[in-house]
Amino acid sequence: MISFTGFKAVFKREFAGYFASPLGYVFIVIFLVASGYLMVSRDFGRFLDLRQADLTAFFTYIPWLFVILVPAVAMRLWSEERKSGTVELLLTLPVSPEGSYLGKFLAGWSFLGFSLVLTWPVVFVVARLGDPDWGVLIAGYLGCLLAAGAYLAVGMFFSTLSRNQVVAFIFAVAASVSFLLLGLPRTQGAVGRLLGGYAEEVLASLSLADHFDRFASGLVEAGSLGFFILFTMGWLAMGMLALYQTKAD
Amino acid sequence: MDSQRSDERDVLVEVRGLRKRFGAIQAVDDVSFEVCRGEVLGFLGPNGAGKTTVMKMVTGFLEPDGGEVRIGGTDVARDPLGVKRRIGYLPENAPSYGEMTVESFLRFVADARALQEPGRSLADVADKTGLGRVLPQTIDTLSKGFRRRVGLAAALIHDPEVLILDEPTDGLDPNQKALVQELIRDLSSDKAIVLSTHILDEAEKVCNRAMIISEGRLLVDSTPDALMKEAAGENVVRVEWAEEPDSEVIQSLKGLSWCERVAKAPGHGIYLFPADGENHVRDVLQALEGQDVLGIHVREGRLDDLFRDVTGGVCA
Repeated sequence: MISFTGFKAVFKREFAGYFASPLGYVFIVIFLVASGYLMVSRDFGRFLDLRQADLTAFFTYIPWLFVILVPAVAMRLWSEERKSGTVELLLTLPVSPEGSYLGKFLAGWSFLGFSLVLTWPVVFVVARLGDPDWGVLIAGYLGCLLAAGAYLAVGMFFSTLSRNQVVAFIFAVAASVSFLLLGLPRTQGAVGRLLGGYAEEVLASLSLADHFDRFASGLVEAGSLGFFILFTMGWLAMGMLALYQTKAD
Repeated sequence: MDSQRSDERDVLVEVRGLRKRFGAIQAVDDVSFEVCRGEVLGFLGPNGAGKTTVMKMVTGFLEPDGGEVRIGGTDVARDPLGVKRRIGYLPENAPSYGEMTVESFLRFVADARALQEPGRSLADVADKTGLGRVLPQTIDTLSKGFRRRVGLAAALIHDPEVLILDEPTDGLDPNQKALVQELIRDLSSDKAIVLSTHILDEAEKVCNRAMIISEGRLLVDSTPDALMKEAAGENVVRVEWAEEPDSEVIQSLKGLSWCERVAKAPGHGIYLFPADGENHVRDVLQALEGQDVLGIHVREGRLDDLFRDVTGGVCA
């Protein structure tokens, strides 16, 4: 039977933890500077050259930024607990392993959501300069939040597999990049030629980038929403199972 | 008669046929024991004997391959959270979240245990473990002794009936050791306590029961006093002179009825081994009366020697 006993206590501790160490602040600064740069830069988003009152230039690069930054948040979640032995303390409190797992995930996700809220100046600028489509904007942010959760679930899974944070980070980045690359036309074309059109469609439906682009262009579809929810829950469930196996190693 | 006795005994920890295997190593092999309220059970054994693994299974952190654990009648496998509520556990090396302050860490533990009055429990346990002064400090900045006490406070905050302590005094200085031992003794009257140690002396100070574990098996279930008696090398007398003594004196010591054999000790000294393991230092004092002796020492039993005896020399 699955119980989530104790997840609130774990959530509170973990969320406060992001602001008790430099990690949280370093993450926020790097995220804001990098997302701002990618949006405005002539080589990437060309926000100023496009002369459009929308955030396409901003949203386009968010999944690529998250591919590096979210595993950095996720890597410590279990690796550190195992390395320092606190996992034994945590899991002998009346807190179920699933409860701890969910508490850590929601704390990390809330922190990433908080970082997204801090990008409000770009919304402010767009609103001052023109008349943005608020529906598209909100859909875009929803997509960012869902992508953050999906990458976090992937990163957390690899964090349960290794006591070494660097190893967890590298595996998480590799896996996250793979799910992004599935969406590139070149990858899909190659698979289509090799295995046929059906395989190409399956691949496209698994691509994180494709589903994210739907949100970024203002479409909130049941299919894409369902993809993110199932993707995240699947990786969380795998991580919970892995935790049972690895907690005592 | 028998049933009456078992009614009186308030068994809080029941372990039956516990087994655990890690790869090729049988870490715990068919271990069974009971601990009642008021008992302090010391687990003795060399490193890697399986003490820690047994404790991890009793606290529900590890699932056993076979056997069962009951805490206050509740099966750990059936109701792990219920059991965890009743146990206070200090894991090996007393891990805690180093980046937190002592207060916020203890608050987290109180929170996770859903205590009714977290503020009062925290103040009580801080008082008991002498942490009041360092509550606002970050755990990473504390000395080893204080960090161990933080771990103890976390294990005690809910005033549990069952306490499992994995090497509670390891790495502490003698004063800190004495403090922790005193604390355990104070707690013992209404709790069942299991602690592991590799110091026989410590077991003698705090435990009223002792078990020796080696290679995952329970070898001895006895009292610390009885173990001390059994320990090889108990009550060996070392006599030391400033310069080489007369052979006559040595002959007279050799002639003592209880003396099994005599061996050379470092410097100008000898060891006298008693055949019966009893303390005969009075005889030695008598025999040496009026002589210029530098010192007479009685050696207490050493756990190392006892291990070698009961485990057939397999471990140190």
